Amino acid sequence: MSRSRIADHVRTIPRSGIRDFFEIVQSMKEVISLGIGEPDFVTPWHIRESAIYSLEKGRTGYTSNLGAPRLRRAIAAYVESHFSVGYNPHDEVIVTVGVSEAIDLALRALLNPGDEVLYHEPCYVSYSPSILLAGGVPVAVATRAEDEFTLRAGDLEKAITPKTRVLMLNFPTNPTGAVMPQEELKKIAALAVKHDLVVLSDEIYSELTYDEVPHHSIAALPGMKERTVFLHGFSKAFAMTGWRIGYACGPADIIEAMMKIHQYSILCAPVMAQEAALEALERGQRSMERMREEYRLRRNLIVTSLNEAGIPCHLPKGAFYVFPDIRGIGMTSKDFALKLLEEKKVAVVPGTAFGPSGEGYVRCSYATALDQIKIAVERISDFVRK
Amino acid sequence: MDSLIRLLRQNSATPRAELARQLGVSEADLAAKIEKLEKDGVILGYQAVINREKWNPDAVTAVIEVRVTPEREGGFDRIANRIARFEEVEGVYLMSGGHDLLVVVEGRNLREVASFVADKLSTIDAVQSCATHFRLKTYKENGRAHAAEEAPERLAVTP
Repeated sequence: MSRSRIADHVRTIPRSGIRDFFEIVQSMKEVISLGIGEPDFVTPWHIRESAIYSLEKGRTGYTSNLGAPRLRRAIAAYVESHFSVGYNPHDEVIVTVGVSEAIDLALRALLNPGDEVLYHEPCYVSYSPSILLAGGVPVAVATRAEDEFTLRAGDLEKAITPKTRVLMLNFPTNPTGAVMPQEELKKIAALAVKHDLVVLSDEIYSELTYDEVPHHSIAALPGMKERTVFLHGFSKAFAMTGWRIGYACGPADIIEAMMKIHQYSILCAPVMAQEAALEALERGQRSMERMREEYRLRRNLIVTSLNEAGIPCHLPKGAFYVFPDIRGIGMTSKDFALKLLEEKKVAVVPGTAFGPSGEGYVRCSYATALDQIKIAVERISDFVRK
Repeated sequence: MDSLIRLLRQNSATPRAELARQLGVSEADLAAKIEKLEKDGVILGYQAVINREKWNPDAVTAVIEVRVTPEREGGFDRIANRIARFEEVEGVYLMSGGHDLLVVVEGRNLREVASFVADKLSTIDAVQSCATHFRLKTYKENGRAHAAEEAPERLAVTP
């Protein structure tokens, strides 16, 4: 009897639902994709230009494990001014290969086998697998359409057990665009204090809130800084997904533990990406605002058009996704997405790729050129009418 | 209002219905807003952005730095307006620095522009000197790059 050569805890992790879908889409031609979770903008020129300049200067070596000191100082200043929470760039900030790495580091640094991790669902595809890979037990808390997929403290509290160690939050949320109201966020913070939880707050979409809706970081609430790992990066706000650059800010003991894993597995984030990130923080505000305004207009268009087509869709306050309700069509999310792809060549992602509570919904990304969105929505209307 | 202006500057030919959806306002409200902008003289007109090299390779554009003697009454305004009235003149700007007026002139060929400068512009009494620079190639105009940037490849579905 031959034993699998792949370790059990890896073998048993299911492949991402997005991955399966991606392969079907990839095999077809002339598909309009609303399935893309990254900005369609190229990184603003001044950021690319500064990375080129740093290459010309020959900055190609390792940086400090925690990241270049200058970048860490810029990050601390940015987080202080935008999120109202101060960190010491010397030992409370670590630069990582995207927020994905930061999440992995934090979970591995915090979890003992069997510890439970709470997260709200529908959510980003990597949360549950990352928890499993770190030896934790993922516990999903379903959010509700009637709350626009924000997290109710009451629902969260029911899921807390003596084994709960960590709470993961992601607002604005991929895939729903949910933004937490400050009042509910305070109740959640109180629960974290009461049950002594560490909060991993993935705020990668935090610059992308619309119509003056403010973004509040849970780290800024009283008593939360010492138990929160604030995770952020450059991918979404500055259209820098391929640079793979993110960061974590948190209590020095946690950052130190994360750094231990990081230094042995990664050493440091790529220096050219760090140079580009520095430019984004120092001079990227204008280009970020321009892209955000463009997203806002696209969001308005896609939401109005979907509702006119008879597909209920709330106006999300953040990120660049809409999460329309397709329950009235009489198909599962997966069937809807597959048939839409086959018949109309429009790719959307089934809500179930983001957890079972995404059933009845699909994710449409509006990080796609406006004329593409227009055609896609027309095709979706045709599809639904039939 | 800023969003509307920005959209119109980007592409004023966008159908009004689509503009209204993007801005999240009704078509009637949008029409009223645009009408007000036009009436107030904020929007002066709508134009096409042309790639001249494709349209008419002989066409010539010159940027002329003009030094003028300002008048006791009216300063530069009267003389600037006088220059602006010529059909060949596309733009007139009062500048800080080494010269006073910057005049952009378009002609169908080199002779047209040369004749405008020699016969019309430099013969105006108040004009002290002209330095004429010809455009050789356009890379970007009105925010539009002339060479299309190749779209980078993107994965069709990503988390």
